[in-house]
Amino acid sequence: MTKSELIRRLADANPNLYLSDIERIVDAIFDEITDALVRGDRVELRGFGAFSVKERDGRLGRNPRTGEAVDVPSKRMPFFKTGKLLRDRINGDETGGDDD
Amino acid sequence: MSNSTITRVDLAEAVYQRVGLSRSESSALVESTLQEISDALVAGDNVKISSFGSFNIREKSERIGRNPKTGVEATITPRKVVVFKASQVLKGKIHDSEEG
Repeated sequence: MTKSELIRRLADANPNLYLSDIERIVDAIFDEITDALVRGDRVELRGFGAFSVKERDGRLGRNPRTGEAVDVPSKRMPFFKTGKLLRDRINGDETGGDDD
Repeated sequence: MSNSTITRVDLAEAVYQRVGLSRSESSALVESTLQEISDALVAGDNVKISSFGSFNIREKSERIGRNPKTGVEATITPRKVVVFKASQVLKGKIHDSEEG
């Protein structure tokens, strides 16, 4: 499913809304998550999952061809942890139950 | 870098501010969006949101694990997991934020 398919499915389920509104809704959601991660905030969507930013320390790497030592700078990486409900549903457990 | 957590409430507020639907419609649409993505993943579809990232289903085969507390070996049954791969755009924004 791509973003445009997601928009189409939401439009089908919400015939009272304009397609342009659905597009703005979907953009607002992903922009908000992006902005939070850029600030270093965590995004917790219970049942679905949580986005966070992990810092990876810089290290001394090596050019595999020449063996020359190179400085690999630290970097910040986005990370997603699947929520319990989604994890269970994907494995065929539709009962729900306690979520993390 | 701030260290707060944002939730569905914040996403709904962003939709409310940007699209101009009512607050209850905004939160319903945030919920529907997460639901559509979850349903696609449960159906075995990968979900690709351009300039954000993709959620992919990966099948894990059976393996022998160990209870980290007791050290007792146990068979970990085959299962599916969701793997999030951030887009280059998202990675770039997050990485660049540390210099800014």
